Amino acid sequence: MSLVRLTLHLSRTTFGRHFDTGRFTKTSGSLLNRPCRFITSQADVADSWQPGPCLAFSEDERLLKDSVSKFAQSSIAPKVRTMDEKGEMDPTLIEELFANGLMGLQVPVEYGGSGLSFTQTCIAVEEISKVDPSVAALVDVHNTLVNTSLLKWANNYQKEKYFPMLCKDTVGSFCLSEASSGSDAFALKCRAVEKADHFVLDGSKMWISNSQEAGLFVVFANAAPEKGYKGITAFIVHRDTPGFSIPKIEDKLGIRSSSTCELLLEGVKVPKEDVLGPVGSGYKIAIESLNEGRIGISAQMTGLAQGALNIIFPYLHERKQFGQRIGDFQGVQFQYAEAMVKLEAARALLYNACRRNDAGFDIKKEAAIAKYFSAQAAEWIASKSIDWAGGMGFVKEFGLEKYYRDTKIGHIYEGTDNMQLQTIAKEMQKEYGFDLKSRHG
Amino acid sequence: MNQLLKTCRRLANSGIILDRYGNNFRLRTPFSSEKLLLPFRRTLASVESSTNVSNIQPGPCLLFSEDENMLRDTVRKFSQSSIAPKVREMDEKGETDKEVISQLFSNGLMGLEVPVEYGGSGLTFTQACIVIEEIARVDPAVAVLVDVHNTVVNTAVRKWARPEQKKKWLTALATDTVGSFCLSEASSGSDAFALKTRAVDKGDHFVINGGKLWISNAMEAGLFIVFANVNPEKGHKGITAFVLDSKNPGLSIAKKEDKLGIRASSTCELVFQDAKVSKEDVLGEIGNGYKIAIESLNEGRIGIGAQMIGLAQGAMDIIFPYLHERKQFGSRIGDFQGVQFQYAQARVELEAARALVYNAARMNDAGISIRKEAAFAKYYSAQVAERIASKCIDLAGGMGFVKEFGLEKYYRDVKIGHIYEGTDNIQLQTIAKEMQRESGFDKK
Repeated sequence: MSLVRLTLHLSRTTFGRHFDTGRFTKTSGSLLNRPCRFITSQADVADSWQPGPCLAFSEDERLLKDSVSKFAQSSIAPKVRTMDEKGEMDPTLIEELFANGLMGLQVPVEYGGSGLSFTQTCIAVEEISKVDPSVAALVDVHNTLVNTSLLKWANNYQKEKYFPMLCKDTVGSFCLSEASSGSDAFALKCRAVEKADHFVLDGSKMWISNSQEAGLFVVFANAAPEKGYKGITAFIVHRDTPGFSIPKIEDKLGIRSSSTCELLLEGVKVPKEDVLGPVGSGYKIAIESLNEGRIGISAQMTGLAQGALNIIFPYLHERKQFGQRIGDFQGVQFQYAEAMVKLEAARALLYNACRRNDAGFDIKKEAAIAKYFSAQAAEWIASKSIDWAGGMGFVKEFGLEKYYRDTKIGHIYEGTDNMQLQTIAKEMQKEYGFDLKSRHG
Repeated sequence: MNQLLKTCRRLANSGIILDRYGNNFRLRTPFSSEKLLLPFRRTLASVESSTNVSNIQPGPCLLFSEDENMLRDTVRKFSQSSIAPKVREMDEKGETDKEVISQLFSNGLMGLEVPVEYGGSGLTFTQACIVIEEIARVDPAVAVLVDVHNTVVNTAVRKWARPEQKKKWLTALATDTVGSFCLSEASSGSDAFALKTRAVDKGDHFVINGGKLWISNAMEAGLFIVFANVNPEKGHKGITAFVLDSKNPGLSIAKKEDKLGIRASSTCELVFQDAKVSKEDVLGEIGNGYKIAIESLNEGRIGIGAQMIGLAQGAMDIIFPYLHERKQFGSRIGDFQGVQFQYAQARVELEAARALVYNAARMNDAGISIRKEAAFAKYYSAQVAERIASKCIDLAGGMGFVKEFGLEKYYRDVKIGHIYEGTDNIQLQTIAKEMQRESGFDKK
């Protein structure tokens, strides 16, 4: 296709999002404080956006999908099993991720990024996840949590300093959870004490993805505990800062090659220019980043489910029993059709949320719905795929069992299932005016 | 702007060139191998269903334009004022109120996609689904009447009638004549093409003999699209669509069914005894009826999907405020976390069903084939709607069980969603076949 048409397509799909100012301006399309008997999920569309079929892809999107798919097949696929066994991400692979522009997906071009939309980021994560959900986790956290929080909150100095690194060769990590604060994230205990020109951080973090590979860490610590969560502040910490160490790497059930570590901060000095966003706005950064991050996890789960189906489906049409291909038994047909329905529903929720996000709308509820549903669907599909494969499904060589192990984390990180349900329930109450706050004025 | 192209070229150059067939990969290893070599397994057929078509403007399917929102509000108000007060009575009697029908016509709800020049509303298919959804929220039985009339009957006429037939029929259908779609018979439901109703060519007219079963709208309809076989030796390729007037002496309604749900929507047995149909009243080509049936039902399925999601929402509309009024153990029921998780789960599934329905509707409007998407939408929304209607009654306790509260009707109405316009098993079969076809594994 001609460059002009590609440009037109690109401008249409990325229109509506501006990152230049460092603050993201959203069109608030959410509902109504009017008393409403009905729960609705609709909002008025901003002028620049057209509703459309969320599962039809533009030509740019298809191009991206194909490219990432090829990359995943050639560069990731051959290493999946080794990385899983060792529990380590291959360093050459990480270099290739950077070299192919997959680590700065939404970062503007002038900083060395690829300048893509959020939808396109999710397309890339989904494609990678089909081959290896573990690598997808690394790419997803780096892009949708770390890069995104800088995109929204970093000042120009920080953008100029950190984006080139994050796009070229430095993996990022997002450090929020602690031993005593997972779902209750704002009860974190990591302390930041203010000095003349720097902060001193003390505390520890737990379950931190990418920490083995990362060079930059977005660390949440409380600079004013007397203010409760309103003291939480985000800091950009370099790996080689004295006092910063990684005492433990977890040995896990799944996504094993994605490093998950305990971090220790002992008197870590962070210059004031490395405070991300205003002091005390860390809780906001955390919440907003996690909203988009959830849609990214949804993309990972959807890709995982598709990846499992990609292995089992051809097998069902080779393996014969009772003189027939297994895939031709009607009972089996009904089962894989059911799997497809669930997968398609997950995908529809995912891409509706993505496109809504790109259009500038609030996606708190949509993100929770998409993440919750796709984790459920992915586990069901991965589990069923092993059942259909019989003995072959149970052996590592076939490649299928890994998806079953990898899927479990989908119910847990970036907000557990119960947290998603809680969020959704609260949003439902709010829409109707039944939430406890509205009642009490 | 060049960056994307550069990125893609970089990525493309680093990949293997894979064999492609259509949108999918074809299996490269011979079928005889017991175990596939690991490197090949991952390049195998993808059963992805996301459609890739150029010139489509994708978008968030669950965001609605200003027109769409206005339409939704209008229909909502209409349903509340004109339909809601009569729901219980219509259900008890098993009849659609005549005034409701005439109001449906006068509000333009019976010619939704019919072009304006024939007296229709000239809306899109997505907008038609919005209308059906909003009506179903209040009464899924009235929604059926509107859905069958618009998405099956009107659509078949719009797509297959000649100009002079359109002028005659579409105008009537848009302004005052209810339509009915007559395909199923006693011995052919899912196996629709095994129908036995016969049409014999008599020169300048056909004579139809046979019977139809489970026909919606039959009591109210003035116009019937009847499928009969002109040439049984040709099997399904003899099936032809005929348009009959309710006043046709050879057409009679033998029986009206007394049903579990959607009781206000008439479901009847029809008998054709030497019913004469002029050759001008053949819809489409002779022997093309099977195609008309299949294609009409594809869109019809998305319409049923819309009815089901409307039904589910209607049940939620009743239970949700109730949960926040009713107190037990000193707390509103809706504040117990376990209950919160249940209604949140319901919302998740409803949203997923909605996404499937509106993605399919918008694809249809964009001209993309929706055979598979329609099956997804119908199957899933029927499943979800039943779970939700059932859960809502549970959450309401005793009140959920009494007719007065209005909730139990949704539970009865939902069952038909698994059955008409293609049973659940037929949807699954369709999906499975599409999956095989896309991957090149179908027997053909």
